[in-house]
Amino acid sequence: MRLEPIAAPSLGRRVLPPALAIAATFVVAALLAMIAGGNPFAVFGLILKGAFGSKFAILETLNSATPLIFTGLAIAVAFRAKLWNIGAEAQLYAGAVITVVLGTGALSLPAPLMLALCAISAMLAGALILLGPALLKTRLGVDEVVTTLLLNFIFLLFVSYLLEGPLKDPMGMGWPKSARLLPEARLPRIVEGLRLHWGFALALFAALAVWVINTRTTLGYEMRAVGQNAEAAGFAGIPVTKVILKTALLSGGLAGLAGFSEVSGLKGSLTLDLSPGFGYTGIVVAMLALLHPLGVVVAALFVAAIFVGADSMSRAAGVPSYLADIMLASALLFMVLAILLTKFRLRRD
Amino acid sequence: MTETDKAQVVLRLQNITKRFGPVTANEDVSFALHRGEVIALLGENGAGKTTLMNILFGQYTADEGSVELFGQPLPAGNPRAALDAGVGMVHQHFTLAGNLTVWENIVLGVDALSAASLRHAAAKARIRDLSERFHLKVDPDAKVGRLTVGERQRVEILKALYRDAKILILDEPTAVLTPQEADALFATLREAIASGLSVIFISHKLHEVMAISDRVLVLRHGRLVAERATADTNGEELAALMVGAEVSAPSISPATPGAPLLSLRDVTTPGAGSAPGLARVALDLRAGQITGLAGVSGNGQAALSDLISGLIAPSSGTITLHGQAPQGWSPRAAIANGVARIPEDRHKTGTIADFDLTENAILETYATRFSQRGWMNWKKARAFAESLIKGYDIRCPGPDIRIRLLSGGNMQKLILGRVLEGAPDIILANQPVRGLDIGAVNYVHEQLAKARDRGAAVLLISEDLDEIMRLSDVIHVISEGRLSPEFARGTMRPEDLGRWMAGEGFDKDMTDAA
Repeated sequence: MRLEPIAAPSLGRRVLPPALAIAATFVVAALLAMIAGGNPFAVFGLILKGAFGSKFAILETLNSATPLIFTGLAIAVAFRAKLWNIGAEAQLYAGAVITVVLGTGALSLPAPLMLALCAISAMLAGALILLGPALLKTRLGVDEVVTTLLLNFIFLLFVSYLLEGPLKDPMGMGWPKSARLLPEARLPRIVEGLRLHWGFALALFAALAVWVINTRTTLGYEMRAVGQNAEAAGFAGIPVTKVILKTALLSGGLAGLAGFSEVSGLKGSLTLDLSPGFGYTGIVVAMLALLHPLGVVVAALFVAAIFVGADSMSRAAGVPSYLADIMLASALLFMVLAILLTKFRLRRD
Repeated sequence: MTETDKAQVVLRLQNITKRFGPVTANEDVSFALHRGEVIALLGENGAGKTTLMNILFGQYTADEGSVELFGQPLPAGNPRAALDAGVGMVHQHFTLAGNLTVWENIVLGVDALSAASLRHAAAKARIRDLSERFHLKVDPDAKVGRLTVGERQRVEILKALYRDAKILILDEPTAVLTPQEADALFATLREAIASGLSVIFISHKLHEVMAISDRVLVLRHGRLVAERATADTNGEELAALMVGAEVSAPSISPATPGAPLLSLRDVTTPGAGSAPGLARVALDLRAGQITGLAGVSGNGQAALSDLISGLIAPSSGTITLHGQAPQGWSPRAAIANGVARIPEDRHKTGTIADFDLTENAILETYATRFSQRGWMNWKKARAFAESLIKGYDIRCPGPDIRIRLLSGGNMQKLILGRVLEGAPDIILANQPVRGLDIGAVNYVHEQLAKARDRGAAVLLISEDLDEIMRLSDVIHVISEGRLSPEFARGTMRPEDLGRWMAGEGFDKDMTDAA
């Protein structure tokens, strides 16, 4: 068997493989659910019900999708320019830290100003975290995969130090936890009484903004040119280094917003388990979305629904919620394969 | 034909048809290759030559028809089977690993690497033997990444010979070679034929086809339109058959040169890897004049091209444009100073393969002409692309087509359109017709001549001496980064230039300068 490139893929060729990838994911999950002793249809039914079965479930899914939209966008923006940002986790925490620093009493401002200040600072903090690796890449040719990935661990340890030291809540009974944000620094709920916070709306707006940047601005054009062929871009006069640095700022900023949104909208304070790997899951989200910003929203909802749904399914059906992780992993693998099949044809020898 | 009819048929293609979606790349192509014969496959870019060879080599599977090797049908779509049956292919774009040595590249895929390391002395001895027998001079222990293009091609041929190829397919082998290297290649091919190999030679350089082949097959729009014994035909007939109409090379009238628009004085640039930089170069590009730069590949052409393109700055010496030193030197500065740049590699440097035609058309001017305060004006960009398609005869379905789907000639027309649209007065054309078919070659040359006639200063860098001598009003030769004096049109014979290309004459000059 071998691959033969397709010069001009038809519409079916571009749409069918990704659809098959999703189908294959469900087949794998069904088999595993059966092995675990569940009826696959019942299991999928329960996942669906758990994710969308009630008003509460839907809001829970939307809330869970929110940080994934931000980190997914951060990754999509960077990957499109071939800047391999694996450090969205650190950038997210940087955004969260700055939100806590500003929002727990260091400043006293009315709510709108306070929120705007926290959000912008979180973006700057996330951007700064990625700027280091980006500068090392452009100046010295240091591989950003290594630097951004390792920075995650360094920054998490730094956060751990902050929560044991300067940011530790004096009223926290010894737990490594920050003080709670002032009410002015909390993102309100979109509708009073419902758990969905404005962070979700902000995420949708961010996706729209990235889409506009990608398709309508010179920066979007430059980022794509640099990603597709940096040599040709440089020859044509596109300032490649500057574009990579701008991409880093945008990507880091989006990941920083995820931290702001989680602390300010959902948690109200910073703990070390603020992100269960949103920075890494963002990579899956971005890949599933084929790096399209609006696709990121759909992919984030899909991923969030599986996680939220699997949690409640596992309580009802006794099938471990690890099924969600497996579904996610196989969705990614099948999608990578599917992308290949949109560009190549399989030939039998 | 009588002689070859008697000979053994080593390869037979029958009724080959291959379609890519709506495009028919080959239609009902049949021919036979005999032992010890050289067939030239002639055709414009996009005529289906490479596709046909890829089918023969097993890279692609034909939709219809069959391939027979030494009387045995070839299983479709399996390069291994073709390799094992004795077909060796030297691709237009080499398939070598730059970080491995010559002998490692040659044995790669033939011997298991562990076995190869045990017998590597034997393998090297065999390679030395082959390289001597076929006049393919190359050091088996050299790293491929450090070799010149000509040497790399020799490695590719050695690779095929090492695998006991009986049929050698060469896809545009001289497109990357200097005249000397091409002559050496022909000597190798004659040696190969004498020892019983058969050769398929793909080219659109007519004089080469006439010089080396026994038979010529002409492909047009995927169909075999003519088959001629080389002895019974001539270049004009073949050219006409190829494009389906009589073609004539543009005639270049004498120039009336003006003031120098770009001047280099005592310019030195650092070398890059094994490629030399420039050594105290002085050059004047005058208005209304085509300056030709002749030289063997890898003698500083890249450095000069990068310098004028704005990619590198001189480490010493001065560059003057329109009588003034430019403020900062970058690709953007070069463009802003009216320098049009046609890069050597249109696939890697000139275009972005997965960008569509519109996006490629505005690559150099999006910031100044097709955007406002950071917002793209796609409507204007698309209109510009459409005007280029019309103005420069780019054959394509429309401005939304991805550039990788265009033929080399149409890609080059797009680049020409992109850089010439603003009527620049300094034009750098680095190998502007490499790998193009005759129709496109003439088109590019006409455009350059036209630009010269309206007063532009043109620097033509080429390894094709014919091209240099035909187009240039004055000629410089470059050798190891040093530039020869200026020679006026008609004052030098090819042999004279060849001596300068080999590095003679410089020493005295350099001592005089020092």
